[in-house]
Amino acid sequence: MATSTHPDDRLYTSDHEWVKIEDDTARVGITEFAQEQLGDIVYIELPDEGASLSAGEPFGEVESVKSVSELFMPGDGVVVEVNTALEETPDLINSDPYGEGWIARIKFSDLALDELLDTPAYCELCEA
Amino acid sequence: MSRLDYRSITDEQRAVQLNAIGVASCNELIADIPSEIRLHEALAIEGGMDEIALVCHVGELAAENKQLVCFAGGGCYDHHIPAFIDHIVRRPEFFTAYTPYQPEASQGTLQAIYEYQTAMCRLTAMAVSNASMYDGATALAEAALMAVRHARGKRPVVVAAETLNPQYLEVLTTYAQSGLMQTHVASIEKMCAIGTDSADGVVDSDTVAAILIGYPNYYGIYENVAKVVESAHAIGALAIVCANPLLLALGESPGVLGADIVCGEAQCFGSPMSFGGPGLGYLCATERLMRLMPGRIVGRTCDADGADGFVLTLATREQHIRREKATSNICSNHALNALAAGAYLTFHGADGLAAVAQRCVEGARSLYERLIATDSFAPFNISSVDTDEASVRSYEFAVRYTGPGSLAELYDTLVVQGILPGIVVADDVLLVAVTERRNAAELDRFVEGVNRYAASAR
Amino acid sequence: MPLPPGKSEIEVMRHYQYLASRNFGLDTGMYPLGSCTMKYNPRVNEDLCRLEGFTALHPAQPIATAQGALRLMYELAADLAEITGFAATTLAPAAGAHGEYTALMMFRAALEARGDARQTVIIPDTAHGTNPATVALCGYKTITVASNENGTIDLDALREVLDTDVAALMLTNPNTLGLFEPDIGKITAMAHDVGAFAYCDGANLNALMGITRIAEAGFDALHINLHKTFAAPHGGGGPGAGPVCVTSELAPYLPTPVVALREENYVFETPAHTIGRVRSWYGNFSVLVRAYAYLKALGAEGLREVSEQAIISANYVRTQLRDAFDMPYDRPCMHEFVLSGTRQKKESGVRTLDIAKRLLDYGFHPPTVYFPLIVDECMMIEPTETEPLKTLDAFIEAMRAIATEASSNPAMLHAAPQTLPVRRLDETAAARDVVVADLPATNPS
Repeated sequence: MATSTHPDDRLYTSDHEWVKIEDDTARVGITEFAQEQLGDIVYIELPDEGASLSAGEPFGEVESVKSVSELFMPGDGVVVEVNTALEETPDLINSDPYGEGWIARIKFSDLALDELLDTPAYCELCEA
Repeated sequence: MSRLDYRSITDEQRAVQLNAIGVASCNELIADIPSEIRLHEALAIEGGMDEIALVCHVGELAAENKQLVCFAGGGCYDHHIPAFIDHIVRRPEFFTAYTPYQPEASQGTLQAIYEYQTAMCRLTAMAVSNASMYDGATALAEAALMAVRHARGKRPVVVAAETLNPQYLEVLTTYAQSGLMQTHVASIEKMCAIGTDSADGVVDSDTVAAILIGYPNYYGIYENVAKVVESAHAIGALAIVCANPLLLALGESPGVLGADIVCGEAQCFGSPMSFGGPGLGYLCATERLMRLMPGRIVGRTCDADGADGFVLTLATREQHIRREKATSNICSNHALNALAAGAYLTFHGADGLAAVAQRCVEGARSLYERLIATDSFAPFNISSVDTDEASVRSYEFAVRYTGPGSLAELYDTLVVQGILPGIVVADDVLLVAVTERRNAAELDRFVEGVNRYAASAR
Repeated sequence: MPLPPGKSEIEVMRHYQYLASRNFGLDTGMYPLGSCTMKYNPRVNEDLCRLEGFTALHPAQPIATAQGALRLMYELAADLAEITGFAATTLAPAAGAHGEYTALMMFRAALEARGDARQTVIIPDTAHGTNPATVALCGYKTITVASNENGTIDLDALREVLDTDVAALMLTNPNTLGLFEPDIGKITAMAHDVGAFAYCDGANLNALMGITRIAEAGFDALHINLHKTFAAPHGGGGPGAGPVCVTSELAPYLPTPVVALREENYVFETPAHTIGRVRSWYGNFSVLVRAYAYLKALGAEGLREVSEQAIISANYVRTQLRDAFDMPYDRPCMHEFVLSGTRQKKESGVRTLDIAKRLLDYGFHPPTVYFPLIVDECMMIEPTETEPLKTLDAFIEAMRAIATEASSNPAMLHAAPQTLPVRRLDETAAARDVVVADLPATNPS
């Protein structure tokens, strides 16, 4: 398991999503561990830009050939931008989950940072 | 002869098996079944026939049914099935196979279904067809649920034309009892008025997920589908067209008219009437609705060597993967009927299909005119129907009995004469279908039977 | 874009001959798909359902002219009720999932009639996917209850989720591990104690005929897959038929119409509190004819022999494979059992999918794989009573040989199948660039 590759410039959720704070918004995506578990990703259902969602609410779905994984909001917020490149090339999530495979940019109104995991804590979760 | 037994294992072999398992009898293997619910007496099932007795017995049951010259339709039609179709359907490679989950061993089924999907897409002018539904009624109910899903719970209402097949409306009502959708049955006039000032409080246009209309309707009449599609889209709803697919060979495709979902009954393509089942539900949609579709879908791909091949695809919609979030619970479908339909459509092609449909419509037109000419029947008009043409364009029509006596009595009289005149849809209204199988002599018998009855009842 | 021009009859026949040559049917070889009951499809039944007295019957013709058809339906419904111990049967449902739907909607109606609308349905984690999908289609929410280490219902876990908001408990019995719930009477009583119904998914009825009548275990309803237990063909995916049997309490809620016998005449009737129609007309009649013929051939004794042989053959294959593969529930099974490919995956990276594909090279259809979900690298094997001993032995030999190949030549297993019309297909490409019909490129609407 390539757990050592989880970058330490961001935080993680126990649902295997990452959150990277960039000024007043945050980018979210799924982790290396999640993409490996899912396998070849064939489709992603992206949220609507401008959608206002609360913590724990599903904001999209990632599909491989034989499984589906829901994406859950790590906090309350508004979807500012979605990665439309994923519509045509969802496999960007497989090849570069922490870079070009980002899923959405969200302006959080309430994000409980202390409930998110730092890199060592997330690595531990993956190894468990 | 001894009774039929499809097992292969002899008593001696069974002893070998039990010995290998390490038990003395089957009883030791079923210890988990509590003794209080074990069956100690034999089931009260009559049977144990040999093949001679079985063929004789079931043959007697078949013979107790009377074969009538069929002028009945209502979604199930007495079309000719080219003889070769059943030879294809009876190939054990097809009919004894399971669902093609192992694509390497199922290229035959998969390609046949893919070809069926292609033909249905072309007939309806839609982008996607699924691999089949149970029948036209459940296809329509699933189409309605699909529209509600598309509206993401914000629009729970489907407005159904009152002129749809009444059985389909009943099934729609049953499916709405779950609370997943609300059905509202309305006239075409009112359907077109939703969202306008003249709406007359029918239904709040913001709550409507879809409008459902027949093409043609239950009475064989082509209502103004283009206008209904337009009104549906004007209020942000989907347009679901329930079409007789054979007649699409003659008329404008629903896709061209702007339909979002096209569905219905395709028993007409190579499946026998068989007392109403199995039929063939079909369901087609636009590309943007593809991932909301129920049921299996076959897709094209290639194998490890790059050779062309087919697989079941978009499986994440389905129950075996998405479970409670699946687009439907459908698993078994009517694949073998779809395979027959694919062969039927491949054989006929565009021109052949149009010729079949044309012959049906001409027969219906002729019988309609002759029945009106008897003076015992008059045209049947539904006041609210908005139709652009008066003449018979389908191969099914409704007529009102205006002769002496009663329609019920006329109907019984004709049945005694070996003619099934149609379906009595109201005390004095008869719904008549004429397929390409009905010849001139049979039409003569029908009309003469009407005249004779009218003369005797007068 | 219109249909292409038609083809001559010989062109069509050759095309379908070609397609048939690329399909594996039950006549091709053993088809041990667990919970699918791929037993032989008797040919006489194929002839009988095609008698013109059946195929040329219009469903709207007067019932006085269709007494043979109604009698067949009446007797079939009664026989199915006798086999399962229930009071009444509907033959309307077109498939197993449609039967589940019909039964749950009857529960819903019966509960609403009591003024006791409820919200949830409990299913075990071994359930077939149609169960939770049906629950959703009926407007209920699914509660999943975990199985215990024996692979059966954990009574404590069940007790924890059972409350007065539960409309029903849905169980497959024997379950998808091939195990009969030993506490079944207790389980259904627990459901009844909170006012919930108990539903049996009858996919595995082939293990029970003449051995136990499942209604006596306390179930309120059950569907039967005629295309499994009663030898109607699977048709490459359908059509099947999914009759539902119910208790007398639920009989008034059956979908309309049902066949009744009134003064020597068979008639269609509408039950007093019917849930309405669940389909057009009456049922998948030609499938009903096949099942009826199967029943009349076998009779009571034959049915019991079927279930006993199905159980013996499953246990025979199970005991012969127990050394070659992991056996997560190593005890007597009913008509099917599960294996796990965990050992092979760990030792040589060969997965159950590879084993399945390799079986095709040996001339066998693979078992059901990766189901039930609670068993890692699962293979679910149901030999059925119709397979000859020689074939069972050849299957056992093939499975053992593959287990050996998994360590000696894993690459070959990864590359399987090699002898079929196509090699392994790219399902990822099919799902990424979806092509579901041969159509000219258009702008998506």
